[in-house]
Amino acid sequence: MNFEKLLGVGAEAYLYLIKWFDAEAIKKVRVPKKYRDSKLDLFIRTSRTIREAKLLTAARSIGVPTPTVYYVDTDDSTIIMEYIKGQRLKELFLSLNSLVQKEICLKIGELIALLHENGIIHGDLTTSNMILHGSGHIFLIDFGLGEFAYDIEARGVDLHLMMRALESTHYNIAKDCFNYILEGYSRISGVNISKLVLLKVNEIRSRGRYIRKRR
Amino acid sequence: MRSQKCIVLGIESTAHTFGCGIASNDGRILANENSVYIPKEGGIHPREASRHHSTVAYKVVASALRKAKIKKEDINAIAFSQGPGLGPCLRSGATIARAIALILKKPYIPVNHCVAHIEIGRLISKCYDPLVIYVSGGNTIISAFDAGRYRIFGETLDIAYGNCIDTFSRNLNFPYPKPNELHPLDHISTEGGNFIELPYIVKGQDISYSGLLTAALKKIQEGFFWRDVAYSFYVTASAMLIEVAERALAHTGKREVLLTGGNARSRLLQSMLQLVCEERKVKFYVVPSEYAGDNGAMIAWTGVLAYKHGIITPVEKSTIKPKWRLDEVDIPWRL
Ligand SMILES: Nc1ncnc2c1ncn2[C@@H]1O[C@H](COP(=O)(O)OP(=O)(O)O)[C@@H](O)[C@H]1O
Ligand SMILES: [Mg+2]
Repeated sequence: MNFEKLLGVGAEAYLYLIKWFDAEAIKKVRVPKKYRDSKLDLFIRTSRTIREAKLLTAARSIGVPTPTVYYVDTDDSTIIMEYIKGQRLKELFLSLNSLVQKEICLKIGELIALLHENGIIHGDLTTSNMILHGSGHIFLIDFGLGEFAYDIEARGVDLHLMMRALESTHYNIAKDCFNYILEGYSRISGVNISKLVLLKVNEIRSRGRYIRKRR
Repeated sequence: MRSQKCIVLGIESTAHTFGCGIASNDGRILANENSVYIPKEGGIHPREASRHHSTVAYKVVASALRKAKIKKEDINAIAFSQGPGLGPCLRSGATIARAIALILKKPYIPVNHCVAHIEIGRLISKCYDPLVIYVSGGNTIISAFDAGRYRIFGETLDIAYGNCIDTFSRNLNFPYPKPNELHPLDHISTEGGNFIELPYIVKGQDISYSGLLTAALKKIQEGFFWRDVAYSFYVTASAMLIEVAERALAHTGKREVLLTGGNARSRLLQSMLQLVCEERKVKFYVVPSEYAGDNGAMIAWTGVLAYKHGIITPVEKSTIKPKWRLDEVDIPWRL
């Protein structure tokens, strides 16, 4: 490895573009945080690295486009994975016309449902974590906060996070986008499951922030 | 937009505090009188708190007027905290504010409690466009201004940070901290401890505290050394919040951070955020203790901002909004 270019400093990781056996690859390194107790810090970085690698691979195996994992080093909380050439939806989204936006949202909904049907919760669904590849496929990345779960609560939280991310970043079109995502979701999961999940999303949104009973 | 001199009296009563503040349009706080209901045991009981509010209201309002050295006629409008909060508490505050507005024949201004925590922080700490970390017994919100509203970039999915740490504290029979005292958990975290793994739950930009609380209390019951559990619990709860705050900072690119709300007094949160801000080279502001917890002044000051932009409500149409979200409120006084 003689070529390494820092692509970005995320909230928790440094991302490098590297050469991996002649191919371009991404190296994602979770860096220590000074503000955390050192044991807590190590625990978080290690567990997320393992989780991300497992979930990326699981998602790929059921036909959800994700980068192939080449190499994992838990001691250095490092993952080396396929480099996806394309643009993040976050930057791309507003420049698209509304018909294309609709198509993309429907597709995103289908991908999320496909994950959920197979017991995979992404855990950080935002347009920063979706890359539109040259081939037209939407790739999902950044599974470090994900988990394996089948329950409606977990599915509801996942979609709730998607909606919240749209509201804070693409607020003008958030409602429409979310409705199309739901439509795509129900194409895969069916109307009944989708209704249950939507009910859950609404419940999560309106949850009181106080403990109602004394303890 | 009105530009003449104006003075607004504000009433706060969303949870355990009944407050009356008076603010003027030049940014001066003329009075900030507050009475806090502290339950004899257990958490807040909405009905008991609202009874407290009704009982102390007259005294608190009278004392605010005295401190401000103004006559009733000098007041241009009455602002009140319309939500979010506990129904019975909001209702008693609204009733009192309405009575004052009717007696003085002055306009009535609804204020969102979360907006008020942000605006008082911006005023007193003198920052302009911060990423806001608003933490209290009832709310845990990471927010930043964009296109006319305070957008939410992170929040709790269940209980609030303050509620979580106070419930734990109470179970260990720690005293409830007085406004100018260090939180008992801050004493422990300053000394450090042995870290025990507890549920650390971050979901996207949001966090969840109920699993952590339950697990920490269980560890105590199981006989783990209480000091180690308390240390681990406090640093875990705080690290979760700081993580989503840092993520929001990276995402929004804001150059200032403002810590506000009752738990802004937390030494641990302050020192953790200080580290993050140094590393990212952004300015860090903490609202001073007097304006950290719920208070009347923040409602009065936000009332001034709203009044200047003509946000008034007919008294009959001003029902309380216990679940009013921060990101539903238009903020016309900011560009
Ligand atoms: N495999 C990849 N191919 C291309 N770009 C990537 C890849 N992985 C990450 N990136 C880029 O790096 C950014 C941050 O990576 P991400 O895994 O989301 O880390 P973080 O946890 O810091 O958000 C992404 O938004 C994307 O732009
Ligand atoms: Mg990401």
